[in-house]
Amino acid sequence: MSNGVLFGDLIAAVCFILALKGLSAPRTARYGNWAGAAGAALAVIISLSTGHLQHVGLILLAVVIGAVIGVPAATRVKMTAMPQLVAIFNGVGGGAAAVVALVEFLTVAHNSSLISAGDQVATVFTILVGSVSFSGSMITFAKLQELMTTRPVVLPAGRWISSGVFAAAIVLGIVGVPVRSTGLLVVLMLVSLGLGVLFVLPVGGADVPIVISLLNAFTGLTVAASGYVLGNTLLIVAGTLVGASGTILTRLMAAAMGRPITGILFGAFRAQVGGPAAAAENRPVRSGTPEDIAILLGYARKVIIVPGYGLAVAQGQHTIRELADLLAARGVKVAYGIHPVAGRMPGHMNVLLAEANVPYEALLEMDEANSELSSADVALVVGANDVVNPAAKTTPGAPIYGMPIINVDQAAAVVFCKRSLRPGFAGIENELLYDPKTTLLFGDAKESLGKVVAAVKSL
Amino acid sequence: MANQIGGVGLLTIFVLAVFVGFEVVSKVSAILHTPLMSGANAIHGVVLVGAILITGTASGPVQIILGLIAVVLGTVNMVGGFVVTDRMLRMFSAKRSEDRR
Repeated sequence: MSNGVLFGDLIAAVCFILALKGLSAPRTARYGNWAGAAGAALAVIISLSTGHLQHVGLILLAVVIGAVIGVPAATRVKMTAMPQLVAIFNGVGGGAAAVVALVEFLTVAHNSSLISAGDQVATVFTILVGSVSFSGSMITFAKLQELMTTRPVVLPAGRWISSGVFAAAIVLGIVGVPVRSTGLLVVLMLVSLGLGVLFVLPVGGADVPIVISLLNAFTGLTVAASGYVLGNTLLIVAGTLVGASGTILTRLMAAAMGRPITGILFGAFRAQVGGPAAAAENRPVRSGTPEDIAILLGYARKVIIVPGYGLAVAQGQHTIRELADLLAARGVKVAYGIHPVAGRMPGHMNVLLAEANVPYEALLEMDEANSELSSADVALVVGANDVVNPAAKTTPGAPIYGMPIINVDQAAAVVFCKRSLRPGFAGIENELLYDPKTTLLFGDAKESLGKVVAAVKSL
Repeated sequence: MANQIGGVGLLTIFVLAVFVGFEVVSKVSAILHTPLMSGANAIHGVVLVGAILITGTASGPVQIILGLIAVVLGTVNMVGGFVVTDRMLRMFSAKRSEDRR
């Protein structure tokens, strides 16, 4: 590798760091992303101009095919389908890294005595984790796209099967270091693909943000390991940066759910429905008309809106913004309380509301929102449930017990905009729905908020 | 293989990158967590470089076909990742210019 190539890789690595650094503020974020894209383009051009490459025509054709698939997917997808797209891009990256490691092994396999132990460890790691990341991301995609059920899928004896496959992957991985056999690596790849599927199947919708971040970290580490196999510093730096970002996000998400990561991965939300929930059925709730809600909101001084995944599903972000603008014009102070795990990926609610041009100064993180809520007149909960459920504080047996929540019960009045009384993903009854200060507005979030908007206009 | 810089040299780069990564990412604003994930996604699309290098030096149809598959996957990841991140960030910056008005 010439010094020129290494220097180009250094520039690309700096661009990637700038891309992440730019994200420290919304103002600089877009320039950062451009720097990252420029760095990536530079790295690709350098790699293509390395003198001794063969099959350049075929490679260029493959790049064109990839771009023809990737660009329309990225430009046409609806903003609400963003979590799926992020999952799929993550998966193909992990898959690519696993294939790269396998091909590199095939190329040098006839000389396998020349492969150092370190290289072989990295090869095995890349194939194992990359395959898990690929199949895991595809299942996550299928769940988010609702190609399959979004509920946790628990196979009979699923735990034993998963543990068995996990153990098999580890054993194959360990054996694969001294025994350099192509067949063994292919079996390892297949077993790891199965492991990825089994790993994501039992995860419920509410846990998806954490799984997406974890798979992101996996792919990053896979790419870093493939960089070690190839002796390529750029791949190591880029992969490690992604690994760090995925790890930090995973930790933040786990903290926001108030439980250790292992608890989530090994079925924390396998909810036992029944018990207190069954007893709570058929209790009276107070439901209001859009006009009632409009009066409540229009004459309030301070309103905190708490959005959840239901808002994304109903695509009600523009309507809620319209409502907030109307209220603000009447002199009502409006802010949004954002729970870190609301939605299906880290920061999901922020992007959703950004699409509707909600000023980001109005977006409060959980702690800020909680300090504002005690002086709020109305908390308007739209399509969220578990993240405002007081059971997290009051019911030690509940699956969400210990999760930090947005304390909407501190507000003088609470309005829930919900499709039905059905409990959230965690399957736990929300006592707050039956509280005397709570009013329910049944229906699709976009539709019913639209009626509230009309009612506020005529106040 | 790892012989140009040496295994320990590569490991050094890895460890330093871990610290840089944690330092930079921990300063990312919570509002931008989704673009962070999607931007990081795009960055690991640089595995495309690895895919190009192995395909260019591969011999034998199996290696070449697998290599080309990796090139396609890597390109989807990289190009799609940067484009979609830009789309998200455009929404954040558009809002800013509107606020200034």
